[in-house]
Amino acid sequence: MNLDLILGILQIVLIATTPLVFAGIGELVTEKSGVLNLGVEGMMLVGAVSAFIILVITGSYFLAFFVSILSGIIMSGLFAFLVLFLMSNQIATGLALTIFGIGLSSMLGKQYIGTPIDGLSPWFFVIFSFLIVFLVSYFFYKTKAGLILRAVGESHNSAHALGYSVIKIRFLSILFGGSMCALAGSYISICYAPMWQEGMTAGRGWIALALVVFATWKPERVLIGAYIFGGVTILQMNLQALGLRFPGQFFSMAPYVATIIVLVLISSNKLRIKLSAPASLTIPFYKGR
Amino acid sequence: MNSFFPSIVSRSQSSGLMNFFVPIISIVLTLITGSIIFVLLGFDPVYALYTFFISPISSTYGISELFVKATPLALIAIGLSYCFKNNIYNIGAEGQLTMGAIFGGGIGILFHDTNAFWLLPLMIFAGAIGGALWGLIPAILKTKFNTNEILTSLMLVYVALFILDYLVVGPWKDPFGYSFPKSRPFSESGRMPLLFDGFRVHFGLIITLFLIFVSWFIFSKTIFGFQLKVSGYSPKAARYAGFNQTTLVFFAFAICGAFAGIAGLAEVSGPIGLLYRDISPNYGFTAIIVAFLGRLHPIGIIFASLVIALTYLGAEDAQLFLQIPSAVGFIFQGLVLFYLLGAELLINYKLTYKKLL
Repeated sequence: MNLDLILGILQIVLIATTPLVFAGIGELVTEKSGVLNLGVEGMMLVGAVSAFIILVITGSYFLAFFVSILSGIIMSGLFAFLVLFLMSNQIATGLALTIFGIGLSSMLGKQYIGTPIDGLSPWFFVIFSFLIVFLVSYFFYKTKAGLILRAVGESHNSAHALGYSVIKIRFLSILFGGSMCALAGSYISICYAPMWQEGMTAGRGWIALALVVFATWKPERVLIGAYIFGGVTILQMNLQALGLRFPGQFFSMAPYVATIIVLVLISSNKLRIKLSAPASLTIPFYKGR
Repeated sequence: MNSFFPSIVSRSQSSGLMNFFVPIISIVLTLITGSIIFVLLGFDPVYALYTFFISPISSTYGISELFVKATPLALIAIGLSYCFKNNIYNIGAEGQLTMGAIFGGGIGILFHDTNAFWLLPLMIFAGAIGGALWGLIPAILKTKFNTNEILTSLMLVYVALFILDYLVVGPWKDPFGYSFPKSRPFSESGRMPLLFDGFRVHFGLIITLFLIFVSWFIFSKTIFGFQLKVSGYSPKAARYAGFNQTTLVFFAFAICGAFAGIAGLAEVSGPIGLLYRDISPNYGFTAIIVAFLGRLHPIGIIFASLVIALTYLGAEDAQLFLQIPSAVGFIFQGLVLFYLLGAELLINYKLTYKKLL
């Protein structure tokens, strides 16, 4: 092992893990406000395809990311309307959002499969992903607004009684989650693998959801979890490339198996999950007008 | 004077009438949204809707195809309702379907040159076992290790798909298959018998209808069905009544997995006839929509499976005749579920106009 190889691998791990950090931290903020959005994968795909299409049409990276984040806000806004105002089941609505997002992205992107684009250097986003985690952490534990958001997630009735608008705070948290997921998607289609392919997020949205549990709803730990998963993914790719006499499919399933194992290890401590999970998670808020 | 926006008032009892109408309302709203999408894409909405929803079933062959697609959807959806009734969110039916196809299909490949009456029953049994075992993994992780079943069941879908991929390019590859990633074809007695000559609708439909009937009986006539319902409505009441939640979770996952496994086996031994990579166009995920649209009721699920099966056929025709990507089918499926979940508000709440003055 020489230094160049180690640095090379480290670079690849950083580049590959960044979308997990974005999606994970976005979902964490949503869940902290007491809402579980299972639509991460769908929002990532729509974010990825809309960034790609806008880049092909206009050639502007700024517009591509801008429209992508807008698409994330629209998608999560749809979800927010259903779960907050119509009080629908959050789990089923999130699944609907993912199914809808898979369909919408493949339909919009059909004619763009195979279109070549110039990829953007990922390093700005890699740095930004670290920054946003620390900003979220600062927001939660050092600002009043962060405290209110956490209060809404822990006990919406108490927060309501204190005069805070539960619906408004949850709405904004959901939109933040949506825009981060779209950013993760656009990073994948423009920086990580500059192309569009149906279902190209390959389950990263679901891994981001697992990351939040792994992090026991603490922002900095999303970073740790994301880099464990990113590391496993890159490690299996490198081992596969070494051409070991071992079927590649077993390496490919490694990140998913690792996710299950880590989830089991974290969740088996019932008390820890009970103490860390927002107490109002998935419970709809009804004011009883 | 009345206020402009209606206010939402909780009902003292959920509305049975709305329970029936909500799925219909959501289908109508989906059709309206669908025609708007078609207009935006520049199509005559009447012609587009005709191509999507009427022309696929305007022939006897089309109706047979509708039942071919509805068979796995209904079977998986009725299995999922064992889980959903008890608020267990098993969303990994696609993986359980794949495992069923691997176990059952494995028997079919092992006995590829055997023609005997016992082969198909053995394959169906193996398919059920495979699906049930795969379903029991999240059940064990949930009950013993407190692990969220949504994420584990979903991760196991990817694992199952990679195992299938490994088998059809590796040990189970057809030695005479010109290195295509597919297995040997099953022998004639390892195939689902066709119900009518010249049509693809197969014996899996009869199995599905039988299991739906059995499930109806279990849900409405047995203590187990009652326990599922009670622990879904009120986990506390169920605990107080002494129902064993662990047992319920195990049974719900095992039954759901077995049904999905049979559905997977019915696909590979029915229309397909061998194992290869893409055995299911997301039946396991789409069945979640069928279960909700059918309101977890056996009769409802039969109708819902036909409606959703039509979106598969319609998407194929739309691609053929309108050059719209077939993914539009998923958009319709997502929309139906959105409207359904939104309209569910009408079951437990009512809209009233408050007097302002």
